[in-house]
Amino acid sequence: MDWNNFYDKLLNFGPFLEHSNEIWSGFLATIRLSAMAAVLALVLGTLLAAMRVSPVSVMRATATMYVNTLRNTPLTLILLFCGLGLRDTLGFMAQAAPTVSGYWLAVAGLSAYTAAFVCETLRSGINTVPIGQAEAARSVGLPFSQSLRLVILPQAFRAVIAPLGSVLIAMIKNTSVALVAGYFEATATMKQLFDDVGATVPLFFGFAIGYMILTLPTGLLFGWLAKRMAVTR
Amino acid sequence: MMDSAPAVKAVAANGNDAPLVELKNVNKYFGSVHVLKDIDLVVRRGEVVVVIGPSGGGKSTLCRTINRLESIDEGTILIDGQPLPIEGKALARLRSEVGMVFQSFNLFAHKTILQNVTLGPTKVLKLSKAQAKEEAMRLLERVGIAHQAEKYPAQLSGGQQQRVAIARALAMHPKVMLFDEPTSALDPEMIKEVLDVMTDLAREGMTMVVVTHEMGFARNAANRIVFIADGQIVEENTPEEFFTNAQSERAKDFLSKILVH
Repeated sequence: MDWNNFYDKLLNFGPFLEHSNEIWSGFLATIRLSAMAAVLALVLGTLLAAMRVSPVSVMRATATMYVNTLRNTPLTLILLFCGLGLRDTLGFMAQAAPTVSGYWLAVAGLSAYTAAFVCETLRSGINTVPIGQAEAARSVGLPFSQSLRLVILPQAFRAVIAPLGSVLIAMIKNTSVALVAGYFEATATMKQLFDDVGATVPLFFGFAIGYMILTLPTGLLFGWLAKRMAVTR
Repeated sequence: MMDSAPAVKAVAANGNDAPLVELKNVNKYFGSVHVLKDIDLVVRRGEVVVVIGPSGGGKSTLCRTINRLESIDEGTILIDGQPLPIEGKALARLRSEVGMVFQSFNLFAHKTILQNVTLGPTKVLKLSKAQAKEEAMRLLERVGIAHQAEKYPAQLSGGQQQRVAIARALAMHPKVMLFDEPTSALDPEMIKEVLDVMTDLAREGMTMVVVTHEMGFARNAANRIVFIADGQIVEENTPEEFFTNAQSERAKDFLSKILVH
């Protein structure tokens, strides 16, 4: 056993400290992608859920098809499609700087994918709202859209805050394949560092812990919110 | 409650006799089960019609067809002369004119008592927040819940929740109020507080269709009893006639079972 090499690969925190700036900007990029994709996925997912319970069959069919397509396609494929298909082949955002187009294409792919999961989570939340709530809303004279927006969805959201947290945690970790859409975030930074200064265990753990710093509080926040916002019946 | 009965009936006698709710030849099926059979029913303005009958006989279904929470397969339903729209905005508008009180209250669980009452007026009638609140507080005062306006439904007893549900329906200024077994989910000591509110409403001339098992209320507040069994209107009569001198065997049998205790 080569003890020098062992020390170098396992316990040498040098590369980690020397490159902390790059690591930090890598995670900043991850946060920027996560935040925007989370917002868009929640909006699009809510819209899809509304369509899936709407009385208009065309809307239901469209949303169902969307969910089944996006949920059953690997994310890497979707992001690859955004980068290669949308930009390189179809010329979408081809004029923009690579950092800008990479960001928005990754946001598009990731939020489109995550929206399918948000939709299904929210739909299960809608199923927890007693039918009487909808009947009461209708009896007061609220049309379908308002019944949904003012009575059903607020209660459905509160019922699925914790599972929505899981969806978002999965999404944050899913940002790690954004490189295939041309977006340079934390995992891409790690890979770059491995190539440049060699793969060391502290470097690897540093990145793993970096993701946990993002995801653990997300889980705690959503767990706390779920308790706080729970609807008592 | 007994001495209020003559007053109730006087209202109907003086009231406009125009039909407010008309069901003509209404039929409904749940799959192969024929739950409403050739129902013809007219409810006049200011009239209190109490629907009674054995469980599973179609009482609730009948009540729910009047604001189209249940669709019908045949026949027509007119509210104030207008046919019940199939769906969409027109149906929503019509529903806002028909108050509904459910067996399980169905207060909006995520909204306060006050918000429960103001939601319809602000969103459907487009009242200002202040106007809606003022009127809601007046209604809550009337049903005795004003001091709990900031609480959530789950913090109230069943009787209190049901009184809020009545206030919520009244806030829309309905032409007619439907009560679908409003006291069936309540503890005995809470039934009276809800029936008192309903009796007051009846006395003030509100048009009401009430599905209930409360024979005391039926006797005292109703202008007319409609007895339904097996999806059919078996007998229609004044409360006195119905309870003392029922004509049909089915009604006699029903009454003999419920009035002995």
